[in-house]
Amino acid sequence: MSEPVILHIAGVNKRFGGLQALTDVGIKIMRCQIYGLIGPNGAGKTTFFNVITGLYQPDTGTFELAGKPYSPSAPHEVAKAGIARTFQNIRLFGEMTALENVMVGCHVRTRQGVFGAIFRHKAAREEEAAIRRRAQELLNFVGIGQFASRTAKFLSYGDQRRLEIARALATEPQLLALDEPAAGMNATEKLALRELLVKIKNEGKTVLLIEHDVKMMMSLCDRLMVLEYGKPIAEGLPAEIQSNQAVIDAYLGGSH
Amino acid sequence: MALLNFDTSRNPRQAYASMAVVLIGLLIFPFVAAPFGNSWVRIVDMALLYIMLALGLNIVVGFAGLLDLGYIAFYAVGAYMTGLLASPQFATLLESLINEYPVIGNSLVTVLGPEIQQNGIHLSVWVIVPLAAALAGLFGALLGAPTLKLRGDYLAIVTLGFGEIIRIFMNNLNEPINFTNGPQGINLIDPIRVFGVNLAGEAGSRATVVVGGYAMPSVNAYYFLFLLLCVAVVFVTTRLQHSRLGRAWVAIREDEIAAKAMGINTRNVKLLAFSMGASFGGIAGAMFASFQGFVSPESFSLTESIAVLAMVVLGGIGHIPGVIMGGALLAALPEVLRHVVEPLQERLFGHVLVEAEVLRQLLYGLAMVLIMLNRPAGLWPAPKHEDRPDGDSDTKEQSSGTMAA
Amino acid sequence: MDTFIQQIINGLVLGSMYALVALGYTMVYGVLNLINFAHGDVLMVGAMTGLTILKYLNEYAPDLPGYAKLAISIGGAIPVCMLVNVLIERVAYRRLRNAPRLAPLITAIGVSILLQTVAMMIWSRNPLAFPQLLSSEPIMLGGALISQTQILLLVLAALSMVGLVLLVEKTKMGRAMRATAENPRVAGLMGVDANRVIVTTFALGAALAAVAGVMWGANYASIQFAMGFVPGLKAFSAAVLGGIGNIYGAMIGGIVLGIIESLGAGYIGDLTGGFLGSHYQDIFAFVVLIIVLTVRPSGIMGERVADRA
Repeated sequence: MSEPVILHIAGVNKRFGGLQALTDVGIKIMRCQIYGLIGPNGAGKTTFFNVITGLYQPDTGTFELAGKPYSPSAPHEVAKAGIARTFQNIRLFGEMTALENVMVGCHVRTRQGVFGAIFRHKAAREEEAAIRRRAQELLNFVGIGQFASRTAKFLSYGDQRRLEIARALATEPQLLALDEPAAGMNATEKLALRELLVKIKNEGKTVLLIEHDVKMMMSLCDRLMVLEYGKPIAEGLPAEIQSNQAVIDAYLGGSH
Repeated sequence: MALLNFDTSRNPRQAYASMAVVLIGLLIFPFVAAPFGNSWVRIVDMALLYIMLALGLNIVVGFAGLLDLGYIAFYAVGAYMTGLLASPQFATLLESLINEYPVIGNSLVTVLGPEIQQNGIHLSVWVIVPLAAALAGLFGALLGAPTLKLRGDYLAIVTLGFGEIIRIFMNNLNEPINFTNGPQGINLIDPIRVFGVNLAGEAGSRATVVVGGYAMPSVNAYYFLFLLLCVAVVFVTTRLQHSRLGRAWVAIREDEIAAKAMGINTRNVKLLAFSMGASFGGIAGAMFASFQGFVSPESFSLTESIAVLAMVVLGGIGHIPGVIMGGALLAALPEVLRHVVEPLQERLFGHVLVEAEVLRQLLYGLAMVLIMLNRPAGLWPAPKHEDRPDGDSDTKEQSSGTMAA
Repeated sequence: MDTFIQQIINGLVLGSMYALVALGYTMVYGVLNLINFAHGDVLMVGAMTGLTILKYLNEYAPDLPGYAKLAISIGGAIPVCMLVNVLIERVAYRRLRNAPRLAPLITAIGVSILLQTVAMMIWSRNPLAFPQLLSSEPIMLGGALISQTQILLLVLAALSMVGLVLLVEKTKMGRAMRATAENPRVAGLMGVDANRVIVTTFALGAALAAVAGVMWGANYASIQFAMGFVPGLKAFSAAVLGGIGNIYGAMIGGIVLGIIESLGAGYIGDLTGGFLGSHYQDIFAFVVLIIVLTVRPSGIMGERVADRA
């Protein structure tokens, strides 16, 4: 199961009424890479995310995860296939505790249903204990283990972002897709996030992320893709991207 | 609610002690109420049924956050099914079938036998209850299915519509084939018979039930049966709440998109909520039919759906003790009003200014408005995690026991 | 069995009343994303108030022509209904504007119960007879009968709707309403007082419901404290059918639903081989609602709901 290409997507087109949001977008991410998706506002990054993860239906496109085609028709199928995501505007289960949030993440890889819930036979109890252990492990991993019993909506902003990542990791994904995880963070928090992402990569996970902090992306990502007006205008190593004229024009308006 | 506390994770000893106290109180209640006449026990019998309904609805509205305004339909399904399968009604049905569609009618008679043509079907309670649960559960899924993509308000209206549709059918399905006997309802429904004991008392015993040499009024016998069922429902719903499924329901309630992104098949999980909630309603309906001996469409109106919803929402939405309290209060309220407020008005004003029924409606409406404006989580909501003694310290050793075992 | 034309006429009459009430639902939903559950009961208040006024008129001015009496009673019912609806908004809904959907819904149901109970206390729990005001001589119209009351109903409904459209399209307040319905926050930034707009919306809806209520009484000759709830729900279904938030949608939806109900009740016996009779009439509105929400949730004319990002 050590397929080198984790995510291989090609030819995605998406139109919303009169607006062509994505034109022939494709992406190829290798195992254990941190892959960055950048571009000016409105370039279609989150739209692409939503297409990959099943929130929007593309008009065209082929989708392969770890060599196997997957159908981005429904978000829960995508999660089952192995892509977990976080959201631009944090979407936690506010009234649940941090631990419970992560335990929900374990849902997709566990099985107990109504019977196990009511009768709590041995297998059900063991699964529940395993879920709880795993959730605590993940909270510790992202650095908020001590807040396990805290109601999620009362966590600090930075901790909420970490919680969202922990929850996504609980689904045991092949690809972790993060939508602007550093939004609203100060320099120190960004540094801590950077460390966490490197830690995740070293654990053998593959990460795709959207971000606006170009400096952070340049130092963090192994490869980058730049979108503008729904089209890919550049793809490659950070150094290549930085010196790419089309990219510079896109960000600075082309008048320089 | 500081004296009685049922939160087993915060303070297990106090929780179990509270439960024991309540249980003992419940067990001796009929004997304490005996000198005041049977009516109080009968009132509590109905209240227990309502509590079962409220707990079932709590799964749909409280856990999963699905606003069901037509829940009484499942109560009706259970009750009418019992009416059809435990009374002479089936004979009437066969008769009308033979009149309208003689081919089908007569072939059914050949299959089922002349006995049934004479007396109708009389299944035992051991068959009726699971059947009611299953049928209601099926209806729950059927009625829930079209609502899966609807947002809050629309979901409420559509479920309300379904509730009304069911009631209209119950009211009108008496011609050409007489399923439900229309507005008159179904009479002579069999009382419950368990282990050879007829809970309505043997004929001529004036509603006295003899169990192992000990005699008690029929309402007391039903009381213990309903109490047992209620405890079972509380047990099952509590277990459901603190499980993988319960978490999935709350996740859907909190943020459906995030729940989907985490791999929860929201369609199936929502249908499960509808089904499970409905099945409790069906069981309560079957009990109701046997207890009362007859069913008619009046008992299953929109007012009843709203009453059960009020029990859940005003009691403490999603919080099982709160829902039980809401059920007990709102079920007992009309009776208290009738027994207390009307005589009081007589004494004070010489005549009844405001009848109990009217007063009840007024209080209902006021309660809904005032409680939603001031305590939207209900009178007895779930204690916040932060209110727990160990909720403030941020030590690594902190137990992650946020959910009762 | 009534002829097809008769069914259509009945449907138009019924549909006009649905349309008037649907407008109230749709306007409120457009600005607040809230179903004003109590709106159907405002119809009832209109009918009851109109009846009370008529009783006084019949006692003290019995020689006034029927049209005049009706006009006065409608004129009196309108301010009462406006007051009731505005009060409801102020007391029950205003504080819950940003609350999760469940709270205002429960409050609305509570208000509905309160309105019905108070009406029951003031007026009576029994059905009340509405006096005959216009000549009961029906007029022949293409093989079907239509009464003067029904003609008046249609005329009043049409006038009210035209009046509303003019108000919404041509006046400053109307512009403010449309802006708030589309994006309340931005409208606020442009100087629109959201509260004023919302109060106006409730008041206008109530006025239309008052007209519908009095004419309902005149048409069916009998009113009762619980008369508003089910027609209210049907009117809401009509609003959804036409496209929630969309005024033209509410009008079209109301008429269409009235016709569907009328035709359906008339022909359901034939359609189901005698299995279902016309007493299943009430089901149509709900079935239509379910179908619309499943197949084309934005309705016939497209929904227009506030962008509450």
